[in-house]
Amino acid sequence: MSRRRRFRPRVWLWAMVGGWLGFALGPYVWMLFTSIKPTRELYRFPVQYFPHHPTLRAYGLLLRTTPFPEFMAHSLVVAASTVLATLLLALPAAFSLSRHRFRGKKAILSILVSVQFFPSVLLVLSLFPILRALDLLNTLVGLVVVYTAFVTPFSVWLLKGFFDGIPTEVDEAALVDGCSEVRALRHVLMPILVPGVVAAATYIFIFSWNEFLFALTFTSSNQARTLPIGLDSFIGNFLIRWNLLTAGGVISAVPIFLFFLLVQRRLISGLAAGAVKG
Amino acid sequence: MSTVSSRPAGRARRLRPLWYLMPAAVVVLGIIGYPVVRAIGFSFFHYNPLDVTGAHVRFVGLSNYLRALTNPGFQHAAVNSVIWIFGVVTVQFLLGLMGAVILNQRFRGRDVVRGLVLIPWATPSVLAAMMWMWILDGNYGVLNDLLHRVGLGFLAQPWFSQPGTALGSLMLIDVWQGIPFFAVMLLAAMQTIPGELLEAARLDRASAWRTFWAIKLPIIAPTVMITTLLRIVWTASYMDLILIITQGGPGYATLTVPADAYYTAYTDFAFGRAGAMAVIQALVLLGVVLAYLRLLSRQGILDA
Repeated sequence: MSRRRRFRPRVWLWAMVGGWLGFALGPYVWMLFTSIKPTRELYRFPVQYFPHHPTLRAYGLLLRTTPFPEFMAHSLVVAASTVLATLLLALPAAFSLSRHRFRGKKAILSILVSVQFFPSVLLVLSLFPILRALDLLNTLVGLVVVYTAFVTPFSVWLLKGFFDGIPTEVDEAALVDGCSEVRALRHVLMPILVPGVVAAATYIFIFSWNEFLFALTFTSSNQARTLPIGLDSFIGNFLIRWNLLTAGGVISAVPIFLFFLLVQRRLISGLAAGAVKG
Repeated sequence: MSTVSSRPAGRARRLRPLWYLMPAAVVVLGIIGYPVVRAIGFSFFHYNPLDVTGAHVRFVGLSNYLRALTNPGFQHAAVNSVIWIFGVVTVQFLLGLMGAVILNQRFRGRDVVRGLVLIPWATPSVLAAMMWMWILDGNYGVLNDLLHRVGLGFLAQPWFSQPGTALGSLMLIDVWQGIPFFAVMLLAAMQTIPGELLEAARLDRASAWRTFWAIKLPIIAPTVMITTLLRIVWTASYMDLILIITQGGPGYATLTVPADAYYTAYTDFAFGRAGAMAVIQALVLLGVVLAYLRLLSRQGILDA
Protein backbone atom coordinates (compact mmCIF):
# COMPACT_ATOMS: atom_id res chain seq x y z
CA MET A 1 0.00 0.00 0.00
CA SER A 2 1.36 3.38 -0.90
CA ARG A 3 2.55 5.87 1.67
CA ARG A 4 0.26 8.61 0.43
CA ARG A 5 -2.89 6.76 1.34
CA ARG A 6 -2.05 6.59 5.00
CA PHE A 7 -2.37 10.35 5.37
CA ARG A 8 -5.58 10.73 3.49
CA PRO A 9 -8.49 11.46 5.82
CA ARG A 10 -10.25 8.20 6.18
CA VAL A 11 -13.35 9.03 8.10
CA TRP A 12 -15.29 6.18 6.55
CA LEU A 13 -12.75 3.65 7.73
CA TRP A 14 -12.83 4.89 11.29
CA ALA A 15 -16.62 5.03 11.25
CA MET A 16 -16.76 1.41 10.19
CA VAL A 17 -14.17 0.31 12.70
CA GLY A 18 -16.04 2.21 15.39
CA GLY A 19 -19.38 0.76 14.37
CA TRP A 20 -18.01 -2.74 14.35
CA LEU A 21 -16.36 -2.36 17.76
CA GLY A 22 -19.60 -0.96 19.12
CA PHE A 23 -21.61 -3.89 17.82
CA ALA A 24 -19.05 -6.47 18.95
CA LEU A 25 -18.36 -5.07 22.40
CA GLY A 26 -21.51 -3.08 23.17
CA PRO A 27 -23.24 -6.06 24.77
CA TYR A 28 -20.23 -6.55 27.07
CA VAL A 29 -20.20 -2.91 28.11
CA TRP A 30 -23.91 -3.06 28.78
CA MET A 31 -23.48 -6.22 30.85
CA LEU A 32 -20.72 -4.55 32.89
CA PHE A 33 -22.87 -1.46 33.55
CA THR A 34 -25.84 -3.59 34.55
CA SER A 35 -23.78 -5.63 36.99
CA ILE A 36 -22.72 -2.58 39.00
CA LYS A 37 -26.12 -0.88 39.16
CA PRO A 38 -28.12 -1.01 42.38
CA THR A 39 -31.48 -2.72 41.87
CA ARG A 40 -33.50 0.52 41.86
CA GLU A 41 -31.54 1.80 38.84
CA LEU A 42 -32.14 -1.37 36.85
CA TYR A 43 -35.83 -1.38 36.18
CA ARG A 44 -36.58 2.03 34.76
CA PHE A 45 -38.02 3.09 31.51
CA PRO A 46 -36.66 5.17 29.80
CA VAL A 47 -33.53 3.24 30.66
CA GLN A 48 -30.91 4.93 32.82
CA TYR A 49 -27.65 4.25 30.96
CA PHE A 50 -24.92 5.00 33.47
CA PRO A 51 -24.84 3.67 37.02
CA HIS A 52 -25.25 6.66 39.37
CA HIS A 53 -24.39 4.73 42.49
CA PRO A 54 -22.10 1.93 41.29
CA THR A 55 -21.91 -0.98 43.68
CA LEU A 56 -20.30 -4.41 43.79
CA ARG A 57 -23.08 -5.85 45.89
CA ALA A 58 -24.28 -8.17 43.13
CA TYR A 59 -20.80 -9.72 42.90
CA GLY A 60 -20.70 -10.28 46.65
CA LEU A 61 -24.12 -11.88 46.64
CA LEU A 62 -23.23 -14.06 43.70
CA LEU A 63 -20.05 -15.39 45.28
CA ARG A 64 -21.46 -15.81 48.79
CA THR A 65 -25.01 -17.00 48.29
CA THR A 66 -24.93 -19.06 45.09
CA PRO A 67 -22.94 -22.11 43.92
CA PHE A 68 -21.22 -19.90 41.34
CA PRO A 69 -17.67 -20.47 42.71
CA GLU A 70 -18.19 -24.23 42.39
CA PHE A 71 -19.35 -23.89 38.79
CA MET A 72 -16.24 -21.88 38.08
CA ALA A 73 -13.95 -24.48 39.69
CA HIS A 74 -15.64 -27.26 37.68
CA SER A 75 -15.16 -25.34 34.46
CA LEU A 76 -11.47 -24.72 35.18
CA VAL A 77 -10.82 -28.36 36.04
CA VAL A 78 -12.66 -29.63 32.98
CA ALA A 79 -11.01 -27.16 30.58
CA ALA A 80 -7.49 -27.73 31.91
CA SER A 81 -7.87 -31.54 31.89
CA THR A 82 -9.30 -31.49 28.39
CA VAL A 83 -6.37 -29.40 27.11
CA LEU A 84 -3.88 -31.81 28.64
CA ALA A 85 -5.58 -35.01 27.51
CA THR A 86 -6.21 -33.74 23.99
CA LEU A 87 -2.63 -32.55 23.47
CA LEU A 88 -1.30 -35.91 24.67
CA LEU A 89 -3.43 -37.70 22.09
CA ALA A 90 -3.18 -35.19 19.26
CA LEU A 91 0.54 -34.37 19.23
CA PRO A 92 1.83 -37.86 18.36
CA ALA A 93 -0.98 -38.38 15.87
CA ALA A 94 -0.29 -35.06 14.14
CA PHE A 95 3.44 -35.82 14.08
CA SER A 96 2.85 -39.16 12.44
CA LEU A 97 0.42 -37.79 9.87
CA SER A 98 2.93 -35.09 8.96
CA ARG A 99 6.15 -37.13 8.92
CA HIS A 100 5.35 -40.76 8.21
CA ARG A 101 4.20 -42.12 4.91
CA PHE A 102 1.80 -45.03 5.08
CA ARG A 103 -1.25 -46.53 3.49
CA GLY A 104 -4.62 -45.16 4.54
CA LYS A 105 -3.22 -41.78 5.51
CA LYS A 106 -5.47 -39.91 3.16
CA ALA A 107 -8.49 -41.78 4.49
CA ILE A 108 -7.56 -40.86 8.06
CA LEU A 109 -7.20 -37.20 7.12
CA SER A 110 -10.62 -37.11 5.51
CA ILE A 111 -12.17 -38.85 8.51
CA LEU A 112 -10.65 -36.19 10.76
CA VAL A 113 -12.28 -33.49 8.70
CA SER A 114 -15.62 -35.25 8.41
CA VAL A 115 -16.01 -35.62 12.19
CA GLN A 116 -16.67 -31.88 12.14
CA PHE A 117 -19.77 -32.59 10.12
CA PHE A 118 -21.60 -34.86 12.57
CA PRO A 119 -24.66 -33.14 13.98
CA SER A 120 -23.96 -32.76 17.69
CA VAL A 121 -27.52 -33.78 18.52
CA LEU A 122 -26.81 -37.25 17.12
CA LEU A 123 -23.87 -37.55 19.53
CA VAL A 124 -25.81 -36.21 22.47
CA LEU A 125 -28.56 -38.76 21.91
CA SER A 126 -26.31 -41.75 21.66
CA LEU A 127 -23.68 -40.81 24.25
CA PHE A 128 -26.30 -40.37 26.93
CA PRO A 129 -27.13 -44.07 27.38
CA ILE A 130 -23.46 -45.00 27.05
CA LEU A 131 -22.30 -42.57 29.74
CA ARG A 132 -25.17 -43.77 31.85
CA ALA A 133 -24.05 -47.37 31.55
CA LEU A 134 -20.49 -46.37 32.46
CA ASP A 135 -21.73 -44.34 35.44
CA LEU A 136 -20.13 -41.22 34.00
CA LEU A 137 -23.28 -39.12 33.88
CA ASN A 138 -23.10 -36.11 36.16
CA THR A 139 -19.32 -36.36 36.61
CA LEU A 140 -16.49 -34.08 35.56
CA VAL A 141 -14.59 -37.09 34.21
CA GLY A 142 -17.46 -37.83 31.85
CA LEU A 143 -17.31 -34.31 30.45
CA VAL A 144 -13.52 -34.45 30.00
CA VAL A 145 -13.77 -37.75 28.15
CA VAL A 146 -16.44 -36.48 25.78
CA TYR A 147 -14.75 -33.13 25.17
CA THR A 148 -11.40 -34.79 24.51
CA ALA A 149 -12.88 -37.10 21.92
CA PHE A 150 -14.76 -34.22 20.35
CA VAL A 151 -11.83 -31.79 19.95
CA THR A 152 -9.10 -34.29 19.14
CA PRO A 153 -9.81 -34.51 15.38
CA PHE A 154 -9.62 -30.76 14.82
CA SER A 155 -6.59 -30.45 17.09
CA VAL A 156 -4.76 -33.15 15.14
CA TRP A 157 -5.58 -31.35 11.94
CA LEU A 158 -4.43 -28.01 13.31
CA LEU A 159 -1.17 -29.41 14.71
CA LYS A 160 -0.43 -31.32 11.54
CA GLY A 161 -0.46 -27.99 9.71
CA PHE A 162 2.20 -26.70 12.10
CA PHE A 163 4.36 -29.82 11.76
CA ASP A 164 4.11 -29.47 7.99
CA GLY A 165 5.49 -25.96 8.37
CA ILE A 166 8.70 -27.21 9.97
CA PRO A 167 11.24 -28.34 7.33
CA THR A 168 11.97 -32.06 7.55
CA GLU A 169 15.70 -31.28 7.57
CA VAL A 170 15.29 -30.27 11.20
CA ASP A 171 14.25 -33.70 12.46
CA GLU A 172 16.39 -35.46 9.86
CA ALA A 173 19.45 -33.81 11.39
CA ALA A 174 18.42 -35.00 14.82
CA LEU A 175 17.86 -38.56 13.59
CA VAL A 176 21.22 -38.62 11.82
CA ASP A 177 22.82 -37.52 15.07
CA GLY A 178 21.46 -40.71 16.60
CA CYS A 179 18.41 -39.25 18.28
CA SER A 180 15.44 -41.61 18.56
CA GLU A 181 12.27 -40.45 16.88
CA VAL A 182 10.48 -39.85 20.13
CA ARG A 183 13.38 -37.78 21.45
CA ALA A 184 13.57 -35.82 18.22
CA LEU A 185 9.90 -35.04 18.63
CA ARG A 186 10.23 -34.02 22.24
CA HIS A 187 13.47 -32.09 22.26
CA VAL A 188 13.89 -30.79 18.74
CA LEU A 189 10.44 -30.31 17.23
CA MET A 190 8.42 -29.36 20.30
CA PRO A 191 10.31 -26.14 21.03
CA ILE A 192 9.75 -24.96 17.47
CA LEU A 193 6.13 -26.02 17.69
CA VAL A 194 5.26 -23.82 20.67
CA PRO A 195 3.06 -21.39 18.68
CA GLY A 196 1.11 -24.31 17.25
CA VAL A 197 0.64 -25.89 20.66
CA VAL A 198 -0.48 -22.55 22.08
CA ALA A 199 -3.01 -22.15 19.27
CA ALA A 200 -4.36 -25.66 19.77
CA ALA A 201 -4.46 -25.29 23.57
CA THR A 202 -6.36 -22.02 23.24
CA TYR A 203 -8.86 -23.58 20.91
CA ILE A 204 -9.38 -26.56 23.20
CA PHE A 205 -9.63 -24.43 26.33
CA ILE A 206 -12.18 -22.07 24.84
CA PHE A 207 -14.20 -24.95 23.47
CA SER A 208 -14.38 -26.68 26.86
CA TRP A 209 -14.98 -23.45 28.79
CA ASN A 210 -17.88 -22.50 26.53
CA GLU A 211 -19.44 -25.87 25.72
CA PHE A 212 -23.13 -25.97 26.48
CA LEU A 213 -25.03 -28.85 24.90
CA PHE A 214 -23.10 -31.84 26.27
CA ALA A 215 -22.76 -30.25 29.67
CA LEU A 216 -26.46 -29.48 29.79
CA THR A 217 -27.40 -33.02 28.86
CA PHE A 218 -24.82 -34.95 30.88
CA THR A 219 -24.98 -33.07 34.17
CA SER A 220 -28.06 -33.03 36.33
CA SER A 221 -26.96 -31.52 39.64
CA ASN A 222 -24.61 -28.86 40.97
CA GLN A 223 -21.97 -31.47 41.74
CA ALA A 224 -20.80 -31.47 38.11
CA ARG A 225 -22.32 -28.38 36.54
CA THR A 226 -19.97 -26.12 34.65
CA LEU A 227 -20.26 -22.34 34.31
CA PRO A 228 -22.45 -22.27 31.20
CA ILE A 229 -24.93 -24.65 32.79
CA GLY A 230 -24.82 -22.75 36.05
CA LEU A 231 -25.55 -19.50 34.25
CA ASP A 232 -28.34 -21.18 32.31
CA SER A 233 -29.95 -22.36 35.54
CA PHE A 234 -29.61 -18.79 36.89
CA ILE A 235 -31.42 -17.47 33.83
CA GLY A 236 -34.32 -19.66 34.87
CA ASN A 237 -34.17 -18.90 38.58
CA PHE A 238 -33.07 -15.26 38.76
CA LEU A 239 -34.80 -13.90 35.72
CA ILE A 240 -35.73 -10.75 37.55
CA ARG A 241 -32.31 -10.18 39.13
CA TRP A 242 -30.36 -8.96 36.17
CA ASN A 243 -27.54 -7.46 38.22
CA LEU A 244 -26.76 -10.85 39.73
CA LEU A 245 -26.97 -12.55 36.35
CA THR A 246 -24.73 -10.04 34.62
CA ALA A 247 -22.21 -10.16 37.48
CA GLY A 248 -21.91 -13.89 36.76
CA GLY A 249 -21.54 -13.10 33.10
CA VAL A 250 -18.75 -10.61 33.71
CA ILE A 251 -16.82 -13.04 35.89
CA SER A 252 -17.17 -15.89 33.44
CA ALA A 253 -15.91 -13.70 30.60
CA VAL A 254 -12.69 -12.71 32.39
CA PRO A 255 -10.61 -15.81 31.57
CA ILE A 256 -11.71 -15.68 27.95
CA PHE A 257 -10.61 -12.04 27.67
CA LEU A 258 -7.27 -12.66 29.35
CA PHE A 259 -6.43 -15.84 27.52
CA PHE A 260 -7.57 -14.46 24.25
CA LEU A 261 -5.83 -11.11 24.31
CA LEU A 262 -2.69 -12.87 25.47
CA VAL A 263 -2.50 -15.25 22.54
CA GLN A 264 -4.78 -13.79 19.88
CA ARG A 265 -2.07 -13.09 17.31
CA ARG A 266 -0.69 -16.58 17.48
CA LEU A 267 -4.18 -18.00 17.44
CA ILE A 268 -5.19 -16.18 14.28
CA SER A 269 -2.11 -17.18 12.34
CA GLY A 270 -2.42 -20.69 13.73
CA LEU A 271 -6.06 -21.24 12.84
CA ALA A 272 -5.57 -19.67 9.46
CA ALA A 273 -2.48 -21.77 8.74
CA GLY A 274 -4.22 -24.99 9.70
CA ALA A 275 -7.34 -24.14 7.77
CA VAL A 276 -5.79 -22.87 4.59
CA LYS A 277 -3.41 -25.78 4.29
CA GLY A 278 -6.20 -28.27 4.79
CA MET B 1 8.77 -35.32 2.14
CA SER B 2 9.01 -38.10 4.61
CA THR B 3 12.20 -38.77 6.47
CA VAL B 4 11.33 -42.11 7.89
CA SER B 5 9.97 -44.01 4.94
CA SER B 6 13.04 -43.19 2.88
CA ARG B 7 15.06 -45.37 5.23
CA PRO B 8 15.12 -49.14 4.84
CA ALA B 9 11.61 -50.18 5.71
CA GLY B 10 11.51 -52.90 8.33
CA ARG B 11 8.38 -54.33 9.83
CA ALA B 12 8.76 -52.33 13.03
CA ARG B 13 9.23 -49.18 11.06
CA ARG B 14 6.12 -49.81 9.02
CA LEU B 15 4.08 -50.34 12.17
CA ARG B 16 5.42 -47.23 13.83
CA PRO B 17 2.73 -44.80 12.57
CA LEU B 18 0.24 -47.08 14.25
CA TRP B 19 1.71 -46.44 17.69
CA TYR B 20 1.46 -42.71 17.25
CA LEU B 21 -2.08 -42.78 15.87
CA MET B 22 -3.58 -45.53 17.99
CA PRO B 23 -4.43 -43.62 21.18
CA ALA B 24 -6.19 -40.79 19.36
CA ALA B 25 -7.95 -43.21 17.03
CA VAL B 26 -9.23 -45.40 19.86
CA VAL B 27 -10.65 -42.44 21.76
CA VAL B 28 -12.27 -40.82 18.73
CA LEU B 29 -13.70 -44.03 17.31
CA GLY B 30 -14.90 -45.25 20.71
CA ILE B 31 -16.51 -42.03 21.88
CA ILE B 32 -17.70 -40.53 18.60
CA GLY B 33 -17.71 -43.25 15.96
CA TYR B 34 -19.37 -46.01 17.95
CA PRO B 35 -22.15 -43.86 19.44
CA VAL B 36 -23.02 -42.37 16.06
CA VAL B 37 -23.35 -45.85 14.55
CA ARG B 38 -25.40 -46.88 17.56
CA ALA B 39 -27.71 -43.88 17.17
CA ILE B 40 -28.30 -44.74 13.54
CA GLY B 41 -29.12 -48.25 14.74
CA PHE B 42 -31.65 -47.22 17.37
CA SER B 43 -33.43 -44.91 14.96
CA PHE B 44 -35.08 -48.14 13.73
CA PHE B 45 -36.25 -49.08 17.20
CA HIS B 46 -38.73 -47.94 19.73
CA TYR B 47 -36.21 -47.02 22.39
CA ASN B 48 -36.19 -45.23 25.75
CA PRO B 49 -32.91 -45.58 27.65
CA LEU B 50 -34.49 -44.23 30.81
CA ASP B 51 -36.78 -47.24 30.95
CA VAL B 52 -34.49 -49.52 32.95
CA THR B 53 -36.45 -52.69 32.34
CA GLY B 54 -35.59 -52.45 28.65
CA ALA B 55 -38.91 -54.09 27.98
CA HIS B 56 -39.96 -51.53 25.43
CA VAL B 57 -37.10 -51.84 22.99
CA ARG B 58 -38.59 -53.21 19.82
CA PHE B 59 -37.83 -53.04 16.15
CA VAL B 60 -40.17 -50.71 14.29
CA GLY B 61 -38.55 -50.48 10.85
CA LEU B 62 -38.93 -47.11 9.20
CA SER B 63 -41.86 -46.04 11.33
CA ASN B 64 -39.77 -43.50 13.30
CA TYR B 65 -38.78 -41.87 10.04
CA LEU B 66 -42.32 -41.80 8.72
CA ARG B 67 -43.67 -40.41 11.95
CA ALA B 68 -41.04 -37.68 11.97
CA LEU B 69 -41.61 -36.67 8.37
CA THR B 70 -45.38 -36.49 8.70
CA ASN B 71 -45.29 -34.61 12.00
CA PRO B 72 -46.37 -30.96 11.55
CA GLY B 73 -43.90 -29.89 14.24
CA PHE B 74 -41.05 -31.43 12.32
CA GLN B 75 -42.19 -29.79 9.10
CA HIS B 76 -42.22 -26.42 10.85
CA ALA B 77 -38.77 -27.20 12.19
CA ALA B 78 -37.46 -28.07 8.73
CA VAL B 79 -38.64 -24.74 7.32
CA ASN B 80 -37.19 -22.88 10.30
CA SER B 81 -33.89 -24.69 9.85
CA VAL B 82 -33.64 -23.58 6.23
CA ILE B 83 -34.39 -19.95 7.18
CA TRP B 84 -31.96 -20.15 10.08
CA ILE B 85 -29.06 -21.60 8.09
CA PHE B 86 -29.51 -19.53 4.96
CA GLY B 87 -30.15 -16.25 6.77
CA VAL B 88 -27.40 -16.55 9.32
CA VAL B 89 -24.68 -17.73 6.95
CA THR B 90 -25.47 -15.13 4.28
CA VAL B 91 -25.38 -12.19 6.67
CA GLN B 92 -22.31 -13.51 8.45
CA PHE B 93 -20.52 -13.90 5.16
CA LEU B 94 -21.34 -10.42 3.87
CA LEU B 95 -20.44 -8.69 7.13
CA GLY B 96 -17.39 -10.93 7.60
CA LEU B 97 -16.15 -10.01 4.12
CA MET B 98 -16.58 -6.33 4.92
CA GLY B 99 -14.77 -6.92 8.17
CA ALA B 100 -11.87 -8.66 6.44
CA VAL B 101 -11.52 -5.74 4.01
CA ILE B 102 -11.48 -3.31 6.95
CA LEU B 103 -8.92 -5.32 8.92
CA ASN B 104 -6.74 -5.55 5.84
CA GLN B 105 -6.35 -1.73 5.72
CA ARG B 106 -3.55 -0.03 7.53
CA PHE B 107 -4.64 2.05 10.46
CA ARG B 108 -3.37 2.82 13.89
CA GLY B 109 -4.33 0.27 16.54
CA ARG B 110 -5.14 -2.35 13.93
CA ASP B 111 -3.70 -5.23 15.94
CA VAL B 112 -5.78 -4.31 18.97
CA VAL B 113 -8.91 -4.04 16.84
CA ARG B 114 -8.17 -7.41 15.28
CA GLY B 115 -8.09 -8.92 18.74
CA LEU B 116 -11.15 -7.12 20.09
CA VAL B 117 -13.51 -7.97 17.24
CA LEU B 118 -12.76 -11.66 17.84
CA ILE B 119 -14.28 -11.58 21.28
CA PRO B 120 -17.89 -12.37 20.27
CA TRP B 121 -16.56 -15.52 18.64
CA ALA B 122 -15.00 -16.69 21.92
CA THR B 123 -18.11 -15.81 23.90
CA PRO B 124 -19.92 -18.79 25.44
CA SER B 125 -23.37 -19.17 23.93
CA VAL B 126 -24.97 -18.83 27.37
CA LEU B 127 -23.26 -15.50 27.89
CA ALA B 128 -24.24 -14.27 24.44
CA ALA B 129 -27.80 -15.40 25.08
CA MET B 130 -27.92 -13.64 28.42
CA MET B 131 -26.50 -10.34 27.16
CA TRP B 132 -28.89 -10.18 24.24
CA MET B 133 -31.90 -11.29 26.30
CA TRP B 134 -31.29 -8.25 28.47
CA ILE B 135 -30.71 -5.91 25.51
CA LEU B 136 -33.85 -7.15 23.73
CA ASP B 137 -35.93 -7.37 26.89
CA GLY B 138 -39.51 -6.27 26.24
CA ASN B 139 -39.87 -4.06 29.33
CA TYR B 140 -36.45 -2.73 30.24
CA GLY B 141 -34.40 -3.60 27.14
CA VAL B 142 -32.02 -0.98 25.87
CA LEU B 143 -32.97 -1.61 22.25
CA ASN B 144 -36.60 -0.69 22.83
CA ASP B 145 -35.37 2.32 24.81
CA LEU B 146 -33.21 3.49 21.92
CA LEU B 147 -36.10 3.03 19.50
CA HIS B 148 -38.27 5.26 21.69
CA ARG B 149 -35.57 7.91 21.92
CA VAL B 150 -35.14 8.19 18.17
CA GLY B 151 -38.88 8.37 17.59
CA LEU B 152 -39.34 4.80 16.42
CA GLY B 153 -41.15 3.79 19.56
CA PHE B 154 -43.84 2.03 17.56
CA LEU B 155 -41.21 -0.59 16.66
CA ALA B 156 -40.50 -1.43 20.29
CA GLN B 157 -41.71 -4.90 21.14
CA PRO B 158 -41.04 -8.05 23.17
CA TRP B 159 -38.61 -9.52 20.67
CA PHE B 160 -38.33 -13.10 21.88
CA SER B 161 -41.96 -13.72 22.78
CA GLN B 162 -43.65 -13.09 19.44
CA PRO B 163 -43.69 -15.63 16.62
CA GLY B 164 -42.81 -12.94 14.06
CA THR B 165 -39.64 -11.65 15.70
CA ALA B 166 -38.31 -14.53 17.82
CA LEU B 167 -36.41 -16.41 15.13
CA GLY B 168 -34.94 -13.22 13.72
CA SER B 169 -33.75 -12.16 17.17
CA LEU B 170 -32.01 -15.49 17.68
CA MET B 171 -30.41 -15.15 14.25
CA LEU B 172 -29.10 -11.73 15.22
CA ILE B 173 -27.24 -13.28 18.15
CA ASP B 174 -25.75 -16.02 16.00
CA VAL B 175 -24.66 -13.41 13.43
CA TRP B 176 -23.00 -11.45 16.23
CA GLN B 177 -21.08 -14.55 17.31
CA GLY B 178 -20.14 -15.72 13.83
CA ILE B 179 -18.88 -12.62 11.98
CA PRO B 180 -15.33 -12.83 13.42
CA PHE B 181 -14.83 -16.36 12.11
CA PHE B 182 -15.55 -15.29 8.55
CA ALA B 183 -13.54 -12.09 8.94
CA VAL B 184 -10.46 -13.93 10.21
CA MET B 185 -10.59 -16.66 7.59
CA LEU B 186 -11.08 -14.20 4.74
CA LEU B 187 -8.40 -11.89 6.13
CA ALA B 188 -5.93 -14.77 6.21
CA ALA B 189 -6.79 -15.54 2.59
CA MET B 190 -6.42 -11.90 1.53
CA GLN B 191 -2.98 -11.78 3.07
CA THR B 192 -1.85 -14.52 0.72
CA ILE B 193 -2.48 -12.23 -2.28
CA PRO B 194 0.95 -11.38 -3.70
CA GLY B 195 1.81 -7.69 -3.30
CA GLU B 196 3.18 -7.53 -6.86
CA LEU B 197 -0.26 -8.32 -8.26
CA LEU B 198 -1.83 -5.43 -6.39
CA GLU B 199 1.06 -3.18 -7.34
CA ALA B 200 0.57 -4.10 -11.01
CA ALA B 201 -3.14 -3.34 -10.74
CA ARG B 202 -2.31 0.00 -9.17
CA LEU B 203 0.14 0.87 -11.97
CA ASP B 204 -2.55 -0.03 -14.50
CA ARG B 205 -4.82 2.41 -12.65
CA ALA B 206 -7.41 -0.27 -11.97
CA SER B 207 -10.21 0.91 -9.69
CA ALA B 208 -10.47 -0.54 -6.20
CA TRP B 209 -13.73 -2.19 -7.20
CA ARG B 210 -12.19 -3.80 -10.25
CA THR B 211 -9.10 -4.89 -8.33
CA PHE B 212 -11.38 -6.60 -5.86
CA TRP B 213 -13.40 -8.49 -8.48
CA ALA B 214 -10.59 -9.35 -10.88
CA ILE B 215 -7.71 -10.07 -8.51
CA LYS B 216 -8.70 -10.45 -4.89
CA LEU B 217 -11.91 -12.43 -5.20
CA PRO B 218 -10.54 -15.25 -7.39
CA ILE B 219 -7.65 -15.72 -4.98
CA ILE B 220 -9.80 -15.88 -1.87
CA ALA B 221 -12.54 -17.93 -3.56
CA PRO B 222 -11.41 -21.34 -2.21
CA THR B 223 -11.33 -20.01 1.34
CA VAL B 224 -14.73 -18.39 0.86
CA MET B 225 -16.19 -21.67 -0.32
CA ILE B 226 -14.66 -23.86 2.37
CA THR B 227 -15.45 -21.40 5.16
CA THR B 228 -19.04 -21.09 4.02
CA LEU B 229 -19.41 -24.85 3.88
CA LEU B 230 -18.04 -25.28 7.40
CA ARG B 231 -20.29 -22.53 8.62
CA ILE B 232 -23.38 -24.06 7.00
CA VAL B 233 -22.73 -27.36 8.73
CA TRP B 234 -22.09 -25.78 12.13
CA THR B 235 -25.03 -23.43 11.91
CA ALA B 236 -27.30 -26.34 11.03
CA SER B 237 -26.44 -28.14 14.26
CA TYR B 238 -26.17 -25.10 16.51
CA MET B 239 -29.10 -24.93 18.87
CA ASP B 240 -27.70 -23.59 22.15
CA LEU B 241 -29.42 -20.23 21.78
CA ILE B 242 -32.75 -21.92 21.10
CA LEU B 243 -32.44 -24.20 24.12
CA ILE B 244 -31.47 -21.31 26.37
CA ILE B 245 -33.79 -18.54 25.25
CA THR B 246 -36.97 -19.75 23.57
CA GLN B 247 -37.09 -23.58 23.87
CA GLY B 248 -38.44 -23.60 20.34
CA GLY B 249 -41.34 -21.28 21.08
CA PRO B 250 -43.53 -19.34 20.96
CA GLY B 251 -45.45 -22.18 19.32
CA TYR B 252 -43.11 -23.70 16.79
CA ALA B 253 -41.66 -20.30 15.83
CA THR B 254 -38.03 -21.05 16.73
CA LEU B 255 -37.98 -24.83 16.61
CA THR B 256 -35.24 -26.12 14.29
CA VAL B 257 -34.62 -29.76 13.36
CA PRO B 258 -31.88 -30.47 15.93
CA ALA B 259 -33.89 -28.75 18.67
CA ASP B 260 -36.94 -30.80 17.71
CA ALA B 261 -34.85 -33.97 17.93
CA TYR B 262 -33.45 -32.90 21.29
CA TYR B 263 -36.85 -32.27 22.82
CA THR B 264 -38.25 -35.46 21.30
CA ALA B 265 -35.54 -37.35 23.18
CA TYR B 266 -35.41 -35.49 26.47
CA THR B 267 -38.99 -34.34 26.88
CA ASP B 268 -40.91 -37.12 25.13
CA PHE B 269 -38.22 -39.76 25.84
CA ALA B 270 -38.62 -41.08 22.31
CA PHE B 271 -34.94 -41.65 21.57
CA GLY B 272 -35.64 -43.78 18.53
CA ARG B 273 -37.70 -41.09 16.83
CA ALA B 274 -35.20 -38.41 17.88
CA GLY B 275 -32.44 -40.51 16.34
CA ALA B 276 -34.43 -40.73 13.12
CA MET B 277 -34.75 -36.92 13.03
CA ALA B 278 -31.03 -36.46 13.61
CA VAL B 279 -30.24 -38.99 10.88
CA ILE B 280 -32.54 -37.19 8.44
CA GLN B 281 -30.73 -33.95 9.19
CA ALA B 282 -27.33 -35.61 8.76
CA LEU B 283 -28.35 -37.12 5.42
CA VAL B 284 -29.69 -33.85 4.06
CA LEU B 285 -26.52 -32.05 5.15
CA LEU B 286 -24.39 -34.77 3.63
CA GLY B 287 -26.26 -34.29 0.38
CA VAL B 288 -25.67 -30.54 0.51
CA VAL B 289 -21.98 -31.03 1.27
CA LEU B 290 -21.48 -33.50 -1.55
CA ALA B 291 -23.31 -31.34 -4.07
CA TYR B 292 -21.30 -28.36 -2.93
CA LEU B 293 -17.97 -30.18 -3.19
CA ARG B 294 -18.88 -31.39 -6.66
CA LEU B 295 -19.69 -27.89 -7.72
CA LEU B 296 -16.36 -26.73 -6.34
CA SER B 297 -14.30 -29.39 -8.03
CA ARG B 298 -16.11 -28.83 -11.32
CA GLN B 299 -15.09 -25.20 -11.19
CA GLY B 300 -11.56 -26.23 -10.32
CA ILE B 301 -11.65 -24.26 -7.10
CA LEU B 302 -10.45 -27.12 -4.96
CA ASP B 303 -7.35 -27.74 -7.07
CA ALA B 304 -5.89 -24.38 -6.13
